[in-house]
Amino acid sequence: MRYIAVQQEDFDVGDEARRLREIASNVGAICTFSGLVREFQQDAGNRAVSELFLEHYPGMTEKSLEEIVDQACARWQLIGCRVIHRVGALHPGDQIVFVGSASEHRQDAFESAQFIMDYLKTRAPFWKRQSGEEGSQWVEHRDSDELAAERWRS
Amino acid sequence: MLSLHFFASIREAAGRSSETLKLPDSVADVQGLIEFLVAREPERLAVLSGDNRVLVAVNQTVVDRSHSLQGDEEVAFFPPMTGG
Repeated sequence: MRYIAVQQEDFDVGDEARRLREIASNVGAICTFSGLVREFQQDAGNRAVSELFLEHYPGMTEKSLEEIVDQACARWQLIGCRVIHRVGALHPGDQIVFVGSASEHRQDAFESAQFIMDYLKTRAPFWKRQSGEEGSQWVEHRDSDELAAERWRS
Repeated sequence: MLSLHFFASIREAAGRSSETLKLPDSVADVQGLIEFLVAREPERLAVLSGDNRVLVAVNQTVVDRSHSLQGDEEVAFFPPMTGG
């Protein structure tokens, strides 16, 4: 059972974890990840960020997330999976992304959640623009994110 | 008609987010389309050829420059993704 959402609204990690827990009685492991807006961005010279704007490609975004979850479901024994990505204007401390995996055993939940995040960062069409006192600029793609996704190919 | 879409820094350089275009007779694939757009509008769209890290999606799937075009596709240009 899967749920994928691209939305401006915030989400509640507790609610999301509870939905995964209530899917089936054989759920034995739930792994949840949430990504937040940091106040200081390393690639902006550690300057304070006042706003992070998330642009995306409506249609392709949802399709990409579906494909990433398809791949996770083919690779691990998952009972449930929930992915939520926010778009629009966000601020330090705000939640950006949620990934939750439910499985019988912990390895499937842990690894699939990490896989989904690693793939999402390099395969789903989102772009961040950060603003602060020094103006605003697009966040640069990081090669380390590409390497994180590549390692799942082996 | 081709439906062209530009996102993030490419959208800013192009000065618009989308346009429609009749596939020129000289264009057979994505590489040809890029060359056509850059020649037509070098001041705004040189970014498409100047940076080989620009990604191209046809019908919402990322493709290589050699991907052939029929003339009715949705083609999007954007920088590497930075979500999550």
